[in-house]
Amino acid sequence: MTSLKKLLGATALVAAAATVANAEPALMYDLGGKFDKSFNEAAYNGARRWAEETGNTYREIEVTSEAQRVQFATRLAEAGFNPIVVLGFQNAATVEEVAPNYPDTKFAIIDVGWLDIENLRQITFAEHEGSYLVGMMAAMASESDTIGFVGGMDVPLIRHFACGYAQGAKAVNPDIEIIANMTGTTPAAWNDPVRGGELTKAQISQGADVVYAAAGGTGVGVLQAAADADILSIGVDSNQNYLHPGEVLTSMLKRVDNAVYDVFEAGVEGFEPGVHVMGLENDGVGYALDEFNADLVTDEMKTAVDQAREAIIAGNIEVVAYYENDSCPVLEF
Amino acid sequence: MDAMPKWADVLLVPLISIVIAFFFSGLVILAIGENPIDAIRTMIQGSLTSSYGWGYTLYYTTNFIFTGLAVSVAFHARMFNIGGEGQAMLGGLGVAMVCLALPWPHWTLALPAALLGGALFGALWAAIPAYLQAARGSHIVITTIMFNFIAFSVLNYLLVNVFKPPGSMDPATAVFPPGTALPRFSDILGVFGIPFSAAPPVNVSFFVAILACFGVWLLMWRTRLGYEIRAFGHSESAAVYAGISPFKITMVAMLISGALAGAMAINNVMGESQRLVMNAVEGAGFIGIAVALMGRSHPVGVFLAALLFGFLYQGGAELSLWTNIPRELIVVIQALVILFTGALDNMVRMPIERAFLAARRRRKAREAGLGKTEPAE
Repeated sequence: MTSLKKLLGATALVAAAATVANAEPALMYDLGGKFDKSFNEAAYNGARRWAEETGNTYREIEVTSEAQRVQFATRLAEAGFNPIVVLGFQNAATVEEVAPNYPDTKFAIIDVGWLDIENLRQITFAEHEGSYLVGMMAAMASESDTIGFVGGMDVPLIRHFACGYAQGAKAVNPDIEIIANMTGTTPAAWNDPVRGGELTKAQISQGADVVYAAAGGTGVGVLQAAADADILSIGVDSNQNYLHPGEVLTSMLKRVDNAVYDVFEAGVEGFEPGVHVMGLENDGVGYALDEFNADLVTDEMKTAVDQAREAIIAGNIEVVAYYENDSCPVLEF
Repeated sequence: MDAMPKWADVLLVPLISIVIAFFFSGLVILAIGENPIDAIRTMIQGSLTSSYGWGYTLYYTTNFIFTGLAVSVAFHARMFNIGGEGQAMLGGLGVAMVCLALPWPHWTLALPAALLGGALFGALWAAIPAYLQAARGSHIVITTIMFNFIAFSVLNYLLVNVFKPPGSMDPATAVFPPGTALPRFSDILGVFGIPFSAAPPVNVSFFVAILACFGVWLLMWRTRLGYEIRAFGHSESAAVYAGISPFKITMVAMLISGALAGAMAINNVMGESQRLVMNAVEGAGFIGIAVALMGRSHPVGVFLAALLFGFLYQGGAELSLWTNIPRELIVVIQALVILFTGALDNMVRMPIERAFLAARRRRKAREAGLGKTEPAE
């Protein structure tokens, strides 16, 4: 305790180690880490694209513990980084605490849309709508009338994906059977391709011939197992069609990279606070079509999915979000 | 019997081990093209030169004291409790349930109740592996580590399906009522007019942890139960001969161990986040093993080792914040410290013991040569 007492007189905060001349943007990753082949990595790609195109630099930081969330966000704001993009719904409480203390700093958070803070831009994605479209495609491509879903960690967000997928499939074929499995209940479930592959094999043995992976790094194993068994798979977040050309039906795109890029590009001057929903209408979510899956997507499929897309945008089809009442009308968990 | 004086055993050996660990960490940092001197300076500046840095260091320290004590109590009974992670997780559940159960008027009432809740849940979680060991001989290492995974699944299920406020995306409980907020160091020291940064989450639990250190010392070295635990740990057959029940000691030691791990939740759940999140423990249970090993299962050693790991955590955070050293490397540094202080302990200990023995022999020889007689040490 004596050594502590001696130091109590020390300054309250260390002077920021880095000084920023022209406001440099910063990006704070969530616990998954920068290279999770999914959500965080998509953000990284967006930030890198911005850096390459503009020749500017940005600061990035990965949190490794819960207590570091507020700590790092505060230090970034303290050091003058502006705007600061924070990833993940688990950081909602972080920006709630930090953003009001730095009214001149612009914050942006992804996957959060329920806060009320002036200097905060909140970006959410309509994952259920994108999943609805790929669910339709899965149901149309399936010959066994059984399709699979492999989720990562069993959290509401992944149920949200599964629920949209199931609704889309049921819209095409009300009798279709959907086998949904979660990889695990620990964060390790985001990066367990072996278990992802095992689950996929189990689903195949139950008759599934299209499997949708919404599981971060685990999805790589799902896509591999599906390709090995010569059935179709569906990628997630980034375009994963190229991983197994001709074997991946499509990918459900969630353009986190665009969201980060937009905030960095707008900078401090062009910053727009408020809630921004990235859905089908502004290409925040969608399905991937490229040379690797062109042969798999029939014209009939494309027409039906594009019609559904228009109908969802126009409000004629309502895709129920899992969050609305914490349950899914067509799928049990 | 004792080859070297006590101060060398508890201070010199770990200190040299740490220096070696830092030396090798420096080489690794050099290998990736960064400056190790700058790195060490960043770590020390960020964790030990301001009340802000101290605040975070002591916050982590508090976690590690609890889990370190938990492991050390089981160690004394020669049991390797690696289920601290799961026990602390369930402790978090106990704390959350207590905090959410009543609109607590003041933290002085909420803290003892939450502490009890956390300790009870942690102890209950340790009770099943303990019973399996005591009654069926199922090895405690296997059962406790498997119970960590079960704890993860239980918590995941409860947070997603039971405790999550409706409509929320985050698998976490609701925020605790304001009456459960524990005073932080800035509040406590503010009363005496001493400035302390308000940002870090270090709180009154730190003092509870110190009390726990004292309590464990009292228990292990000043009570009959502690004597029985240590006797059992040294030799089970001798303990049985002396009338000590192996069943009772196994159960009691593990229950105390689990309770201490569970009590950690007052710091991270009640003191820091004010709600229960999914990965609230984040490895503190496993760090506790290293802390207990390094601290030689003595409360003072555990305290010092916890402080070192608190420094490594906070210093590591600063390192990843201000340098380009990736976060994986910070884990490497922590691993090196564990490797040299825990696993390769004898590598340092043996030469030092030999040096002390040689020095003593020389002194004895000299004294014998002078014709003096001195009682043997």
